[in-house]
Amino acid sequence: MSVTLSIIYLIATVTFIVGLKKLGHPDTAKSGNLIAASGMGLAIVGTIFIHDLEVPTIIYVLIGVAILVGSIIGWLIAIKVEMTKMPELVSLFNGFGGASAALIGIVEFGNADISATSASIVATILAAIIIGAITFSGSLMAYGKLNGSVKSVIKIPQYNIVNNIFIIGVVALAAYLVATGIDSSILLYALVAGGLVYGVLFVMPIGGADMPVVISLLNSLTGIAAAITGVLYDNMVMLVGGILVGSAGIILTIAMCVAMNRTLVSVIFGSFTATGGPESANKAMGSIKSTTASDTAIMMNYATNVIIVPGYGLAVAQAQHVIHELEELLTSKGVNVKYAVHPVAGRMPGHMNVLLAESNVEYDMLVEMDDINPQFNNTDVVLVVGANDVVNPAAHNDPSSPIYGMPILDVENAKHIVVNKRSMNVGYAGIDNELFYNAKTAMLFGDAKKVLTDLVSELKNM
Amino acid sequence: MEELIEFISNNLQIVYIIILAIFVGVELIKSIPAVLHTPLMSGANALSGVVIVGAILVMLHSDPTDYLALALGFVAVVLGILNVVGGFAVTNRMLEMFKKKK
Repeated sequence: MSVTLSIIYLIATVTFIVGLKKLGHPDTAKSGNLIAASGMGLAIVGTIFIHDLEVPTIIYVLIGVAILVGSIIGWLIAIKVEMTKMPELVSLFNGFGGASAALIGIVEFGNADISATSASIVATILAAIIIGAITFSGSLMAYGKLNGSVKSVIKIPQYNIVNNIFIIGVVALAAYLVATGIDSSILLYALVAGGLVYGVLFVMPIGGADMPVVISLLNSLTGIAAAITGVLYDNMVMLVGGILVGSAGIILTIAMCVAMNRTLVSVIFGSFTATGGPESANKAMGSIKSTTASDTAIMMNYATNVIIVPGYGLAVAQAQHVIHELEELLTSKGVNVKYAVHPVAGRMPGHMNVLLAESNVEYDMLVEMDDINPQFNNTDVVLVVGANDVVNPAAHNDPSSPIYGMPILDVENAKHIVVNKRSMNVGYAGIDNELFYNAKTAMLFGDAKKVLTDLVSELKNM
Repeated sequence: MEELIEFISNNLQIVYIIILAIFVGVELIKSIPAVLHTPLMSGANALSGVVIVGAILVMLHSDPTDYLALALGFVAVVLGILNVVGGFAVTNRMLEMFKKKK
């Protein structure tokens, strides 16, 4: 490898580290992203042009076309996608990265004279293929679950055992190939298929609420796949870049688990089990009280402190802009308004902040859970819009609940609670919420956008 | 086992780099506010697209008559660059929203 290319890779690696570091602070995040992106661009250009291989023009043309096509598609997806679809998008892109690693492994397996290649290189190739295939199909499965096209959460008995036996079988087949050095494309494709099937099996039983954790985990796996391919080519930028993503991804995964009070093991091996149907729970918990937009508007108009608790339902109804209008209107009437943002509000950590930022909500009006929880005592009205599990008191007082122990927003401490929901359906975790049956709670049924628009017009008339 | 020890001793440099990079990754991500988790995840996802470098190497090394290798390499480059460009672009879009409030 030429010295120039080595230096380029070194620079790119440093930009990755600096970029990730800067991404961790709100003020520098944007420049961090740009720095990492330019380092990546440098590494790509360097790889194409700086080498001493005799490469026919047609190959350059093909590489150029591939890069052009991929860039245009990637760019278009990135600028068109709705911010609510962010978790789906991350998992889709991640799946592409995994597929790329698997394809590289497949080609290298074909190119290598396996019987004459050292076992450690064969093992590296096979590892890239298996991990790449798992992240590809696992990410697509997560994508399907998030956008609702894959609905079923299959829970067959002993699922985990079946799953584990399957992956052990795949690894055993790989080990057999490494040990014997058999150059068999049939066995190779069996391995690819095994990885693909395991990716599906792995994500299938995991419940919707845990999906962000899975995406973060798969993201970290793609990093590891990239690093393994880096070992294969003795390529430092791939190796370090991949390991950085791998270890950072694991830490991020653990941070998300902590925010939901789940262990990684319980996310992977024990999916949420719904406790009783919503119907039976309704009877057990008592009656609900519903209210109207005009009553709520009056209540808010004469309140001193109002806290808005936004959830994913808000984003689904595309009501971020209306809620911003409501908040501005209340502020102009002298009401002290804040947003309480749960760390996992939305579909992944920090997602709600992105969604509200999109509709121009002031940064300092978003208060994080630990800071806002003591303030609910002095709050006159809490307006919960499209949030459910993150305000479920069962997390505090029902040890049998699957979300028991998860830190929640203590909205029940407020004087009045207004909950906007489309219906009495259960939340993402699939469990009932006793908050709705609280004597202080009034339900404001309807589509979030319509209800909020009504609230705004009622308030304007006061 | 012998193979493993041989691998480690032959690639001592790589083993050092891997271990140090793991620590750097952990330190970089520790204590990041939840607000930034989504952009961070998407930024890290874009970085994992570094696998594109390998995809390009595959194509550069391919024999122009080996159509299967070329086709697979081509798809690998398209998917890799999709991951890179899409990932960075969407992260930038998200962070842009945070910024204009200031």
